[in-house]
Amino acid sequence: MAVRNPLESIRGAIIAGVILTAVLYVIAARLLS
Amino acid sequence: MDLTLALARWVHLLAGVMWLGLLYYFNFVQVPALQAAAADGTAAGIVRHVAPRALFYFRWSSVVTWLAGAVLLGNQFVPAFALAKGMAAIGVGAWLGTIMLFNVWVLIWPNQRKVLGLVSATDEEKNHSRRVALLVSRINLTLSIPMLFFMGGGWSHRALFGL
Repeated sequence: MAVRNPLESIRGAIIAGVILTAVLYVIAARLLS
Repeated sequence: MDLTLALARWVHLLAGVMWLGLLYYFNFVQVPALQAAAADGTAAGIVRHVAPRALFYFRWSSVVTWLAGAVLLGNQFVPAFALAKGMAAIGVGAWLGTIMLFNVWVLIWPNQRKVLGLVSATDEEKNHSRRVALLVSRINLTLSIPMLFFMGGGWSHRALFGL
């Protein structure tokens, strides 16, 4: 069975967006400190 | 100069609302609607009358949003994109918005032109283009979440960014 790209679902895209926000925040916060 | 910045912010927000509104329309409404319409043979009206209009405002509002944002950054444009000290938050937002603009014009629009029949393409090419356009549209939905977090920060984010 083929693996489905999680971004194909809206839920997957939103979850990925929230996770990406957290990751970028950690990076940006380090740059700001 | 202050008036220019005020107008740039206003235009940036207006065009940005249109851009993201249409992005969310595609992801939350049109794509599922087309799947349902394809099942009962009523997709032609959406493809012919709705999608081209939505894509027109979608792609041009992305340009206006970016240009107004560039005016708004002014002489902070380079420091923002270089993620200079104190500019990391808006800089990350600006990078995400720029990637989204690239996706609209380089990946989504050329593939949508094939899907909508504005340029000739075989059925196989159309199916490939449909998948690419969908995935990139989903990626832009994903990127819009951190983009708005970083761009819409301001004073409400001072606890997060120590402004």
